[in-house]
Amino acid sequence: MIEIKNLHATVDGKEILKGVDLTIRPGEVHAIMGPNGAGKSTLSYVLAGRDGYEVTEGSVTYYGKDLLAMEPEERAAEGVFLAFQYPVEIPGVGNTTFLKTAINAIRKHRGEKELDAMQFLKLIREKTKALGMSDEMLKRAVNVGFSGGEKKRNETLQMAVLEPKFAILDETDSGLDIDALKIVAEGVNALRSPDRSMLVITHYQRLLDYIVPDYVHVLAAGRIVKSGGKELALELEKNGYRDFGASEAA
Amino acid sequence: MAAQPETVEQVRAVTEQKYKYGFTTDIESDVAPKGLNEDIVRFISAKKEEPEWLLEWRLKAFRVWQTMEEPQWAAVSFPPIDYQDAHYYAAPKKKAGPKSLDEVDPELLKTYEKLGIPLREQEILAGVEGSEGKSPAIAVDAVFDSVSVATTFKAKLEEMGIIFCAISEAVQKHPDLVKKYLGSVVPYTDNYYATLNCAVFTDGSFVYIPKGVRCPMELSTYFRINQANTGQFERTLIIADEGAYVSYLEGCTAPQRDENQLHAAVVELVALDDATIKYSTVQNWYPGNAEGVGGIYNFVTKRGACRGKNSKISWTQVETGSAITWKYPSCILQGDNSVGEFYSVAITNNFQQADTGTKMIHIGKNTRSTIVSKGISAGKAQQTYRGLVKILPRAEGARNHTQCDSLLIGDKCGAHTVPYIESRNRSARIEHEATTAKISEDQLFYCRQRGISEEDAVSLIVNGFCKEVLKELPMEFAVEAQKLVGISLEGSVG
Repeated sequence: MIEIKNLHATVDGKEILKGVDLTIRPGEVHAIMGPNGAGKSTLSYVLAGRDGYEVTEGSVTYYGKDLLAMEPEERAAEGVFLAFQYPVEIPGVGNTTFLKTAINAIRKHRGEKELDAMQFLKLIREKTKALGMSDEMLKRAVNVGFSGGEKKRNETLQMAVLEPKFAILDETDSGLDIDALKIVAEGVNALRSPDRSMLVITHYQRLLDYIVPDYVHVLAAGRIVKSGGKELALELEKNGYRDFGASEAA
Repeated sequence: MAAQPETVEQVRAVTEQKYKYGFTTDIESDVAPKGLNEDIVRFISAKKEEPEWLLEWRLKAFRVWQTMEEPQWAAVSFPPIDYQDAHYYAAPKKKAGPKSLDEVDPELLKTYEKLGIPLREQEILAGVEGSEGKSPAIAVDAVFDSVSVATTFKAKLEEMGIIFCAISEAVQKHPDLVKKYLGSVVPYTDNYYATLNCAVFTDGSFVYIPKGVRCPMELSTYFRINQANTGQFERTLIIADEGAYVSYLEGCTAPQRDENQLHAAVVELVALDDATIKYSTVQNWYPGNAEGVGGIYNFVTKRGACRGKNSKISWTQVETGSAITWKYPSCILQGDNSVGEFYSVAITNNFQQADTGTKMIHIGKNTRSTIVSKGISAGKAQQTYRGLVKILPRAEGARNHTQCDSLLIGDKCGAHTVPYIESRNRSARIEHEATTAKISEDQLFYCRQRGISEEDAVSLIVNGFCKEVLKELPMEFAVEAQKLVGISLEGSVG
């Protein structure tokens, strides 16, 4: 279980999160919606532990542990996964090498035996097959020259391989056309499980047609101002974020 | 996105770089008195029981050297070197010169074991048996301070007519070959450090591959400076006769000492018609500590002559050590259709300085050269790529492609690219590409979010950056080099 309490955070001295409260139980999918500048991406970076995002108040308890006290790589090893809005390119580093380094770092942290080349290959073949992805993507350098859709599918593959307990999907729909969106959403849905919770961050409702959440929250001006079921998303789609202090253009 | 201030702060906070080869071996040495004069040159020559012509050659070089000045054009700075305050000859006691392994001082063998250099042939064989692939064995010539202490696999190579021995031994046993080629690529008047080397060189390796022979194993020299206050002036000469092929590896380490030590080597390669020489270096001399105290001055002249048509010389270097590196492995492309290649990874951290690159001199028709240089700077290190591509009038159809990429870690280091291009033939095609990048905070965070520690992330990203060069190394070496890349940058972030 993840409990976020009264979370305040600043970026470059400016307060962006102003007291976020949120509880996510295993297996639940929560969506966070909100206008641009509401602090959606800040929330995801704070949870993942990015440098430069300073927590000034509040707490995040992650399965009984203090999440905010951990380094980013420790959080990853404990099962926190962030699917990036803009996945980063790493020239010269093969996708396979990257994934193998990641999974073995995580296994090592957990006191598990590292996978050898054969075991890893077997695992990754399984996962790509399950996601309907080609092996060709594995041979390329991490995200280099990938299309928007390929980048997001690659994030999904990483998630499938690393098997997180808590996945944060930051604006997964950005830069995707409807076909690519469907494919990525199918991948994510395949990873839904009773012991994996997800936090889906999005500006638009359309993603939630495909990844159907259990709860929807509206984040505006650094606070969760409204929570509800999946029907809240539809309401927002109709009325926009005007009711929450944002202009329609935002 | 540039590095965050925290990362930069951490870079600055680096206090110590681990150098695991920094031990010394307690071994009795035969050391020449300090200083440099004609008597010392004679002393060295006498110790080596050299023929008169070689002594004369050394003395000519010494006289020229006295009239020369240290080159000032490189982008490196260091206090003046007192050439009189060093020993120019140090040899492990017992008789000098090569001997069978059983006669080698066990302390020496232990040293090389510690360094991971298998001198015992049976150990190498055992290693080969254990590995699943059919990786070829490696023949090793080990140079300890001034003297070659052992050459392995000699007998096996001799069966094929391959000569692989200490250069001092070659002077005795193959004087005609040595006389014909020594100084034929790097003349004794060449430059300050090379000329000094001609006067006082002590040992090094000699390789001759006869016509049409493909050397069946990697040949390797391992250089080690042990004695305090000694310079190491080794001389390597490799000749590939018509149609021959050889792949040669060179590795280097030195103990950790507070004073700087000079290493001024000369390597000459000669490739005749249709011959190929592949020369790989992993240079890991002691770089000095995090404050810039101590370390090796690596002032080396390496040059290959593609004398014959269709010949090829390929330099691959991974330079992670030394306080100062001054090194430009070059190719003189004399033969028509000859090919020169230079693949380089240079890593400088803390206060290390490197001015390195290559020269490709196109003389023959349709000569081709490729230069790929990857420079990585961290800490307060400064690094310069300096390269010359020269096309002479007769070099019809010559082609060159140069790619220089620099990667910076933190904001206290520097990377500089100084390409010189001179073309005197209109049909020549010369291309130069250069990039400079920083390891971004985005990349580091992305890796860390996937569970990879910051240090491993740097190593991963840097290895990706160097991949084009590392893949040119022989397999056994490539794995070592990858690890070395990681170790050299330890503490540069995180």
